[in-house]
Amino acid sequence: MDPELTELAERAQNEQNRPNGHIAKMTARKVDVFYGDKQALFAVDLDVSDRSVTSLIGPSGCGKSTFLRCLNRMNDVIDICRVDGTIKLQEDNIYEKTIDPVQLRARVGMVFQKPNPFPKSIFENVAYGPKIHGMATSKSELEDVVENSLIKAGLFNEVKDRLYEPGTGLSGGQQQRLCIARAIAVSPEVILMDEPCSALDPIATAKIEELIDELKENFCIVIVTHSMQQAARVSQKTAFFHLGKLVEEGETNQIFTNPVDQRTQDYITGRFG
Amino acid sequence: MEQQDISTRHTSKKAKVRLAKRYAFERRFKMFGILAILISAAALMTLVYTIAVKVAGVFTENYIVLDVQYDEKIIDPSGERKTENFELSAFRKLVRTTLRENFSYVPGGRQAFPLYRLLSDAAILEVRKHIQANPELIGSTEKFPLLADDVTNLYLKGYYGTLEKLPSFGVAQPVGTSDTIEVFVQSNSLNVILQAKKDFMAKEIRRLNRQVRAQQRGIDEFNKRILAAETDQREQDIAKFKREVQTYTSRRDALQKEVSDLKLRIKALGGEAALNKDIASFFLKINGGMVKVNKISPDRIEGVVYRPLNSDAPAQEGQWELLVNSKPENDRKISDQQIAWIEKLKEQGKIKEIGNWRFLTANFSREAEQAGVWGAVAGSFWTMMITLLLAFPIGVTAAIYLEEFAPKNWFTNLIEVNINNLAAVPSIIFGLLGLAFVIGVMGVGRSTPLSGGIVLALMTLPTIIIAARAAIKAVPPSIREAALGIGASKNQAVFHHVLPLAMPGILTGTIIGMAQALGETAPLLMIGMNAFVVDTPTWFTDTATAMPVQIFLMADFPETAFQMKTSAAIIVLLLFLVVMNAVAIFLRQRFERKW
Amino acid sequence: MAPIKESILTMHIVKSYEEELAGLDTQIAQMGGQVERLVADAIYALENRAPELAETTVHSDASIDILERQIEEQVVGMIARRQPMAMDLRQIMTVFRVSSDLERIGDLGKNIAKRAYAVAGENHPQGLVRGLRHMGDLALEQLKNVLDAYSQRDAEKAVQVWQRDEDIDAMYNSLFREFLTYMMEDPRNISLCTHMLFGAKNIERIGDHATNIAESVYFFVHGKELPNERPKSDFTSSAVFKKDE
Repeated sequence: MDPELTELAERAQNEQNRPNGHIAKMTARKVDVFYGDKQALFAVDLDVSDRSVTSLIGPSGCGKSTFLRCLNRMNDVIDICRVDGTIKLQEDNIYEKTIDPVQLRARVGMVFQKPNPFPKSIFENVAYGPKIHGMATSKSELEDVVENSLIKAGLFNEVKDRLYEPGTGLSGGQQQRLCIARAIAVSPEVILMDEPCSALDPIATAKIEELIDELKENFCIVIVTHSMQQAARVSQKTAFFHLGKLVEEGETNQIFTNPVDQRTQDYITGRFG
Repeated sequence: MEQQDISTRHTSKKAKVRLAKRYAFERRFKMFGILAILISAAALMTLVYTIAVKVAGVFTENYIVLDVQYDEKIIDPSGERKTENFELSAFRKLVRTTLRENFSYVPGGRQAFPLYRLLSDAAILEVRKHIQANPELIGSTEKFPLLADDVTNLYLKGYYGTLEKLPSFGVAQPVGTSDTIEVFVQSNSLNVILQAKKDFMAKEIRRLNRQVRAQQRGIDEFNKRILAAETDQREQDIAKFKREVQTYTSRRDALQKEVSDLKLRIKALGGEAALNKDIASFFLKINGGMVKVNKISPDRIEGVVYRPLNSDAPAQEGQWELLVNSKPENDRKISDQQIAWIEKLKEQGKIKEIGNWRFLTANFSREAEQAGVWGAVAGSFWTMMITLLLAFPIGVTAAIYLEEFAPKNWFTNLIEVNINNLAAVPSIIFGLLGLAFVIGVMGVGRSTPLSGGIVLALMTLPTIIIAARAAIKAVPPSIREAALGIGASKNQAVFHHVLPLAMPGILTGTIIGMAQALGETAPLLMIGMNAFVVDTPTWFTDTATAMPVQIFLMADFPETAFQMKTSAAIIVLLLFLVVMNAVAIFLRQRFERKW
Repeated sequence: MAPIKESILTMHIVKSYEEELAGLDTQIAQMGGQVERLVADAIYALENRAPELAETTVHSDASIDILERQIEEQVVGMIARRQPMAMDLRQIMTVFRVSSDLERIGDLGKNIAKRAYAVAGENHPQGLVRGLRHMGDLALEQLKNVLDAYSQRDAEKAVQVWQRDEDIDAMYNSLFREFLTYMMEDPRNISLCTHMLFGAKNIERIGDHATNIAESVYFFVHGKELPNERPKSDFTSSAVFKKDE
């Protein structure tokens, strides 16, 4: 068959799966989060689209990171944290007892604010996830997984000669891309990024943003960011959180040119008092 | 105007005064800091100096190398060569015979005991051991190094004074060759001895005068009180005080008489003076013999022969020597007679000084020259093994659980507070616990490394737990998150990532805890590890002692040699501690990460 | 959800940003005032055959051009430095568009003044001139209203302006016919009427720019474009006059 035709057929198929270009990968309904007696999130309803970037913005302490951490149950680590409501990853309610948080985190990977490679070799960093999940049965298979992940993270060419040197010896931007490679090595469906560029210089930031743009072809990405410009640049959808509430969500273009809510307006124009 | 005010705010005179005050405070603070450091440095230097001075005598030990004839008649009269039947008494006889052979002029019986005492009992044991190992040597003669007694050893190292040559001129004419003899000297060489005697007496007069003055003060005081009592008309007191005055006066008069006697004697010294044991010992070496000076006059010596003279021929200038040991005989453990024997052995080259490995390889002994620290080192080793095996896994596991898995509630808080307080509990209390529980309830043997190790493990646990928790806490949460974020379980995150990163810190804490345990004495005393142990412990359940306890025991012995060995043992212990701390520092520097 | 209008009361955290935005408004008001005067003077000159006034009016256009360039620079600079978002972004874009519209209006006014200069010596039939003045007044009112709508962020008013442009178109339509009639009646009128016709056309164009501004104001306030096609009554472009009509 003509490859061009195949591609066209595939694209048509994809379009069909994605009405308006998007289908919801994760859906959150009435999510309340409590830290002890203090409520951090109030009835958040949010859909996260597949194969696109959703950015969560808002002032510090608004609950955007808390919400992000609900999506892969990282909040379980905190003893006093309690989550109500439902969050679904496709059809599975991730807070149901049948769902194991460890397995969930393999499906919903995470990249953190500060690049946090393990103080091990670059190879070990990327290989760790596949190893513990038993994703590679032989050494060559593992090497393939590592190489592919590094290629996808746009890091392979920079580190291919020093795969066995410590990951902590890389520059900040490279470290963050290594963390992304580590996250995608376990083939997650969703990648959560918690202010991934806040510790990086503008050039490294641009590289990460370019990487996010490429990754959205295959993954569902949710990114928390303090930089509104970054949210505007990388995301297709933006959600604005304030005081634990989801104030507004919508197409990034709309949010940044014509937000509906006064608080969104004030926040993105720098009028918050 | 305002502008000017602002610009002069930090340049005005007042501001300068403020600035000067700030700097003055800073200088004062620095000065105090330097002072504090100097004081601690001085204290440390003093410690090191005192130990180093004492320890100098332990580096070597002396042997008297004699030709020992392994006489079959003495050792094995039956000729059966049953080595296990060789009697110790036979070898004692053998060694004594050998000694007597070298000093044929020494009469036997009790008078020879000082000679025998030149050697350590270990010498007899060592000869027996040698023969038991090599019975074929019986009947032959061999040079054998016989361990010197600790007193002999100390004399040889100069701790009991050394023989110094005095200028000796003219011809010396001995009368007689043995027992008590006279030697006439045709020069003023002997004046030195007279002068020494005079000096000694002058010193004695000064001492007596001090006492006279003290008595006089007592008389004056009571006279005053009598005056006071007379005005108050306290008849009883007056009588009492008068009696006191009388006592003091009689004492004073007696002392004054002594002084005047001494003064007279000094004047009369032109003729003759007797030397006692409180004054330096003088020896005359003449015609191959040795004479201890007992009486002296300007041209004549009267003395006891400690080593017989070859002849009574006159000795020309240069062929006789006047020697002095400025330490009086009463102030040392070695007699003048023994000195004469040792000097003879020294002249014959029969004294051998070698490195004192015995100290490191021997066990404890009541004889200072035989005492070593090996048994204690082994005891400490086994104790530390138990401590490490118990405290490390328990401590690290507890730390991991408390830090990573335990829920944070009042109960874990209580445990945490208690662990921290436990680190401050006096160690003797752990000893009591050991005595009551480990020995009493668990039935572990007293004085064994097992019981000691358990007690020290209990004592070290809080230190290890606290250090391990701190090390685990120091691993940034981002590492845990990274692991959890890619789907590692909590266990995997802790054991794959957190623990390896915390390990250097944990090991450092453990080593420091172990070092603390190594130097601990009190709890071991409580569980009987201060037993006098002569055998090297080879297992956890053998009776044993530990280094610090051994030091404690050694310090209890009055002998100078033991005092020295105490210092040496302290050095050994300190070396262990330094090595352990060095390892801890190395681990910290090399592996600990900064975040 | 809170209504947008209150945002006018909320100040930016960065004061200089707030001042710059206010400065833009002032500049637009200043430019608007100048343009209004220019257009009024030009129409007056055309109506009353005042060549001196026409000449000064032609010259006053230069300062409007300068203002426009200043606003343009300011806008570009603010986009680069402040990265404006939402309301601010829309305000800046609106200022940009309004200033260029105002500049065009200024040009058109200048054009009218030039024609006033050209026809100064000719005879003006009263009827012709009155129609033109009415149209000019209407256009000026539109301009004034739309500038008020901008400064008050009043979308309603802008929509009114937007809708009333139909009237100007209708007047132009009738004036067009009138001038055509005059020209057919007496060929000597052709020169004057052509100038007048172009003047009317310019006024009609001014009205169009006013509607453009109204659209910008509407976008500024509501964040979206005006919904439907604007009602139009200018059919002159398709008008064909046959002699027998």
